[in-house]
Amino acid sequence: MNIVQYLNRTVGSFPEKQAFTDGNHGLTFRELFDASRRGASFLCGKNLIKKPVVVFMKKSPEEVAAFFAVLYSGNHYVPIDEEMPKRRIELILENVKTGIIICDETTIDTARAFKDESEKVLWGDLIKKDVDEAALNKAVERTGGSDPAYVLFTSGSTGIPKGVACSHASVMNYAEVLSETLGITENTRFGEQAPLYFDASLKEILCTIKTGATTVLIPRELFKTPVPLMEFINKEKINTLCWVVSALTFVSAFGTLELIKPEWVKTITFVGEIFPVKQFELWRKAMPGVRMFNLYGPTECTGVSTFFEIPADYEVKDAIPIGKPFKGTEVFLMGDDGRTVGEGETGEICIGGKGVALGYYNDPERTAASFVYKENKEGSRERIYKTGDLGRLDENGDLIFVSRKDYQIKHMGHRIELGEIEADVSRIEGIRLCACTHSKETGKITLFYVGDPDKAALTKELKLSLQRYMLPNRIVKLESMPFTATGKIDRKKLNEEDN
Amino acid sequence: MDELLDILSELHPDVNFEEEDALIDDEILDSFDIVTLVTEIGERMDVTIGAKDITPENFNSADALYDLIERIREEEG
Repeated sequence: MNIVQYLNRTVGSFPEKQAFTDGNHGLTFRELFDASRRGASFLCGKNLIKKPVVVFMKKSPEEVAAFFAVLYSGNHYVPIDEEMPKRRIELILENVKTGIIICDETTIDTARAFKDESEKVLWGDLIKKDVDEAALNKAVERTGGSDPAYVLFTSGSTGIPKGVACSHASVMNYAEVLSETLGITENTRFGEQAPLYFDASLKEILCTIKTGATTVLIPRELFKTPVPLMEFINKEKINTLCWVVSALTFVSAFGTLELIKPEWVKTITFVGEIFPVKQFELWRKAMPGVRMFNLYGPTECTGVSTFFEIPADYEVKDAIPIGKPFKGTEVFLMGDDGRTVGEGETGEICIGGKGVALGYYNDPERTAASFVYKENKEGSRERIYKTGDLGRLDENGDLIFVSRKDYQIKHMGHRIELGEIEADVSRIEGIRLCACTHSKETGKITLFYVGDPDKAALTKELKLSLQRYMLPNRIVKLESMPFTATGKIDRKKLNEEDN
Repeated sequence: MDELLDILSELHPDVNFEEEDALIDDEILDSFDIVTLVTEIGERMDVTIGAKDITPENFNSADALYDLIERIREEEG
């Protein structure tokens, strides 16, 4: 069982159809198939079996081909990106201990400076290799449904990122239920927004491979200029947008939709955080007749676990529900006593079923804390993931997201542990105390600290270790930190100060 | 201009906004920064920047941004 089966089938149906493009340059399914299998033959020649292979390339159709090269070779891919700070990349490499890093011309020099011992190879050299049919067949046959397909890294509260490993079985199920629910076919043209090291991009990649759709990888710089972004979407005749909320808000917040609308778009899904009602209504008003879905789910369950298709006449009260689980997924709400909560009560959202990840890569401790076993109705034990999100069911049985249990937040569609930012700030010389707050109203992260460095020096240091979306939006230097009676940092007081 | 420089340096305390002239091209400002900037300029300087004015040319330097703000103020009279 290997996700490449889908590509094998699709290439037969639509060989000359564009699979992935950036608007200028693309790969057809035939070209993707061919390049991936050449790349895989190279990897098979290195005698790597069920090993992590790091892909360090700029967002491009070739990066997708490199992912599939790793999959065809029976290994699992680990994407890293130039947007990641050096320290984060080092931590990822320490965790996965890869033997090989696939680079392109834009990343190879950076990669050669990494301190790890892996071999750095150019994608351009991989695809010079002839296809080794026998080796590939063997590698694919050897892949089991429970073998990992990829490892994606996400924020960890101790400052050490967590690598979520998902299996071929989970990924294949995801491709199937997602394309069925959203109505994805070979006529779909996705406008892909997220970086490819982020699980949001799996929607487009997997559905494209499964159905023969086309994914247009939108150049990142367009997300700074809303009008050219819409012009690009129209030029490419994009009809499906699966974006994080902050990207949709970026368009609607400046009155862009009054000037220019996405003419071809028929389906919009959003994910990542709560869609501000005002911004949602701007989209709905501008795009009557468009199918809109609210999606919800953690990386630990292969992307999304629940969906809510918003009826045209739906009146949004406080928040849009996150709805019901996808086929093959089970969601329940757990109380503090470990049992399912009563009707209408709030509990921790727990997810079971085919999407549940294998766990955190090379991290049994953190895996055991979040992935637990639960007895099901038939009396057998089932593995579930505790999301740390609190939810409740509304009167229609739709799931409503309530809040987080801890200090994890959603910011620009990315999930961030405030503890990770604090851990990195504490590491800087001269910092005595620090605490981060996140304002729901403004979406801003504020860092409060007591210590010697000034704000400029502090920011400079932080940029070396934190991803840009994790950088505090505001920094406040304090003479002393407020404490509660029990001796903890008084976050409530800091929050008040923030507002 | 001082108000604008305040807003900018709150966003990125480590950047010298009086000298930088490639804020967009060098990726110093990202899309979230732009949302924040436009919102803050709206609230603190009472100037509404619309979608068509969000271009690299208008956002590449504090001077260019200030010129845009002045232009909008004149147009609004």
